[in-house]
Amino acid sequence: MSLVFSGICSHAPGITGRAERADPALRDPLYKAFGKMRDALNAARPDALIVVAAEHFANFFMNNMPAYALGMADAYDGPIEDAEWLRIPHRTVRGNPDLSRRLIVEVQKSVDVAYAEEWRFDHGIMVPLHFLDPDNKLTIIPGNINCQGPPLTPLRRAWAFGEALRHACDAVPERIALVCTGGISHWPATPDSGMINVDWDKDFLNRWAHQDKDAMLSYTDAETYRDAGQGGFEIRTFIAAAAAARGRGTIHFYAPIPIFAVGCTVATMEIV
Amino acid sequence: MSLYQLSKLLFQLNRDEDLKRKFKSAPQDAIAPFGLSEDERRAVLEPDIGLLYVLGVNGQILMHFAAFCGIEWSDYLQRMRDGVKRHGPVRAGIYAMLSGVDEKVAGA
Repeated sequence: MSLVFSGICSHAPGITGRAERADPALRDPLYKAFGKMRDALNAARPDALIVVAAEHFANFFMNNMPAYALGMADAYDGPIEDAEWLRIPHRTVRGNPDLSRRLIVEVQKSVDVAYAEEWRFDHGIMVPLHFLDPDNKLTIIPGNINCQGPPLTPLRRAWAFGEALRHACDAVPERIALVCTGGISHWPATPDSGMINVDWDKDFLNRWAHQDKDAMLSYTDAETYRDAGQGGFEIRTFIAAAAAARGRGTIHFYAPIPIFAVGCTVATMEIV
Repeated sequence: MSLYQLSKLLFQLNRDEDLKRKFKSAPQDAIAPFGLSEDERRAVLEPDIGLLYVLGVNGQILMHFAAFCGIEWSDYLQRMRDGVKRHGPVRAGIYAMLSGVDEKVAGA
């Protein structure tokens, strides 16, 4: 049928794992925004949800690192992290290998995406699912863009991946939702964890919401690393969402929450 | 110095339950196949989170190893700072520290 929902959100493990250490005045509205995103996602009645994340060495390592990957399994499990550390209980998630295969064939017409019949979800997918699919009812297809182990795919290819996903969603009869998860500026898992470049984040989100392709693709990795940290490389997932949806974005929530280590973001984009 | 092998050990340890059990019962044997330098072996076995950080282990791998070792979040951040203080700046990778050694960015 087509792409029926597109959104972006943060996935930092602190959002669940260190929940009680955040200021409730910021944390609770974030959770509420996730709840509204869940309602909008459900209202779109998706047959499957593609979650494009920037995984953190749960499955892919520098021995064989795909720039892009999509899952093709009948089930996935997560979190790979200690469930108590992340404070998300372990679950087995339903996949759909036949739908995955058909999507992958379409994506491969323009992007040489890798596929994986095994995939264990880390916080990059589990934190969004914790909020967006609390009852574990959705059919999930995981996707990944390597944002962790350089050399990294160019931003213009992340855009092409988003376009390819859109083409693929439009080519299958099912109703497909897309959520791309990542951080904007952040320095995760370093002693600088909690540092957030709010101006940079707002500027990026403005480019994203206005569907300003040239501006979104104009960052060099050196600039991103300098201004937004190694976590900033994850803008690739947000860029892919913009390329897939093609419309204007609405930022439902943005606030820097240092103990969560990122400027927490929940946004959706009109599909045109 | 074999940052790749060191990182690979921690990557596998984070995801392989058998290796976790072996690491707890016979740590020397568990890490033997990875061909680490003496410094690296000591850093893993102790564990010296600060030295692992300075050697350049990616934080997304190191964070989970620290949790596996039972190190609480704020303690994990502090151990990395202490590592830089003791061993000098991060030597490789993309997870260098920008703030001063006595700063606490997240208030953690």
